[in-house]
Amino acid sequence: MLELKNICYSVDTKDGVKNILKDVSLKIDDRFVVITGPNGSGKSTLAKIIAGIIQPTSGQILLDGVDITEKSITERAHLGVSFAFQQPVRFKGITVHDLISLAAGEELNIGKACEYLSEVGLCARDYIHREVNASLSGGELKRIEIAMILARGTKLSLFDEPEAGIDLWSFQSLIKVFENMHRTIKGNILIISHQERILNFADQIVLLSDGEIKKIGTKDEVMPLILNPNPVCEQIKV
Amino acid sequence: MAIDAIQKDLLEKIADLHDVPQGAYNIRANGEAAARSTTANIDIVTKTDKPGIDIIIKAGTKNESVHIPVVISQTGHTEMVYNDFFIGEDADVTIVAGCGIHNTGDSESRHDGIHTFYVGKNAKIRYVEKHYGAGDGNGQNVMNPTTVINMEEGSYVEMDTVQIKGVDSTDRVTKAVLAKGATLIVSEKLMTHGKQNATTKFEVDLDGENSATHVISRSVARDNSTQLFLSNVNGNNACNGHTECDAIVMDNAVVSAIPQIKANHTDASLIHEAAIGKIAGEQLIKLMTLGLSEKEAEEQIINGFLK
Repeated sequence: MLELKNICYSVDTKDGVKNILKDVSLKIDDRFVVITGPNGSGKSTLAKIIAGIIQPTSGQILLDGVDITEKSITERAHLGVSFAFQQPVRFKGITVHDLISLAAGEELNIGKACEYLSEVGLCARDYIHREVNASLSGGELKRIEIAMILARGTKLSLFDEPEAGIDLWSFQSLIKVFENMHRTIKGNILIISHQERILNFADQIVLLSDGEIKKIGTKDEVMPLILNPNPVCEQIKV
Repeated sequence: MAIDAIQKDLLEKIADLHDVPQGAYNIRANGEAAARSTTANIDIVTKTDKPGIDIIIKAGTKNESVHIPVVISQTGHTEMVYNDFFIGEDADVTIVAGCGIHNTGDSESRHDGIHTFYVGKNAKIRYVEKHYGAGDGNGQNVMNPTTVINMEEGSYVEMDTVQIKGVDSTDRVTKAVLAKGATLIVSEKLMTHGKQNATTKFEVDLDGENSATHVISRSVARDNSTQLFLSNVNGNNACNGHTECDAIVMDNAVVSAIPQIKANHTDASLIHEAAIGKIAGEQLIKLMTLGLSEKEAEEQIINGFLK
């Protein structure tokens, strides 16, 4: 279980201090939790704070009761936090097989690496020896990013907009990946997403707006708030 | 002359040789010929006017290889070697050269080599060159390889050079002249550390119609080392030239890239790309989220980059 206690994050800008996250407290113990909210609401920042990439200005992060607030990215990875980036990173010379092996923490044989790739709809034969560089499309990189999380198999898996850029591969397949993942790993899956179809499948939805939690609840409780946003401004209507 | 354990280790590092190689070979150790073997199609002849050998590959020779490694384990040994390769028409061979120096003394050990290739019509070669230095003395390991490639019509040369450890100073020069339809692909991997200094210079003349070259240099400069990359590609006919210099700079190292491309013909198409920068922070972070420490992440990124 992941617990966030009074997380605040602010940055200094030329216009003064900007508060990105304002006293965010949250317990994540369901299978699938989706954090949603408008652009700029602080969702990705929150994910980076959980993974240890950004240090919160104040507040506490507990993983299964253990305070991980001061732990490094590497230490959190060892404690069981995995993080799929919104924009996967490219590497010159490092192959898909190298990355999946690093994720698994051991040199995987081709058969095993193939299982993870097949899971995300990639034919291992075509990809296993490819370099994770600019020759791969955004969608391919995104699926490899998800395959790495599968190979890690940790108790907390964090996905920042996993659906973005996955074009031809259906949402249904993506959701199936999450379901399989939960069945085999039995951890918590935390997804940052705008996508209604991903929200529909969440056990719990956290609505974040302007750095604050507006609502935590089931989709029936939260969806009405999302589907009836503030009136659209006149200019956009035209 | 027998090969000792240190020399064996050097051979393994530079030529992946665990034992005497298959096919034709010439092993030079501390300036003397240590072993030689020729085949029906590949002859190796010692030069009479200066140090070095002629490697003569008959026209039409296919799927054969020549290994000509050089090892130096005697501190203070310096040498200048001239090796000429005559590759017959339509041959298709692999040539593995390389130099390993193990210097435990206080004097400079140095190997300067000039390799000149005469690549016949429609011949195809893969030329692999590895340089490696070791030893715990204060003596410098110096290697200055010069490669000159004369390519006849329709010939193809693929040159892979690797120098990733222990060479204190290097001044590498690669010159090539390409006739009609000839193609030259060069891939260079270089890593410097400590106070090492490396200069690498490419000069390619695309003289023939539809000749093409692709030069890729990837390097990592660590500690207080310095690197200078110079490339000069002249398009003298309807041709394609592409050079690419990609460097990772770390610590207090300094890397310079000075590319020059010159079109002397309106149908010459020449491109140069150069990028120098530190390891991207997001690459380190990604690998750290997989459980690697920052140091381990850095090693993975460098290993991949120079693979």
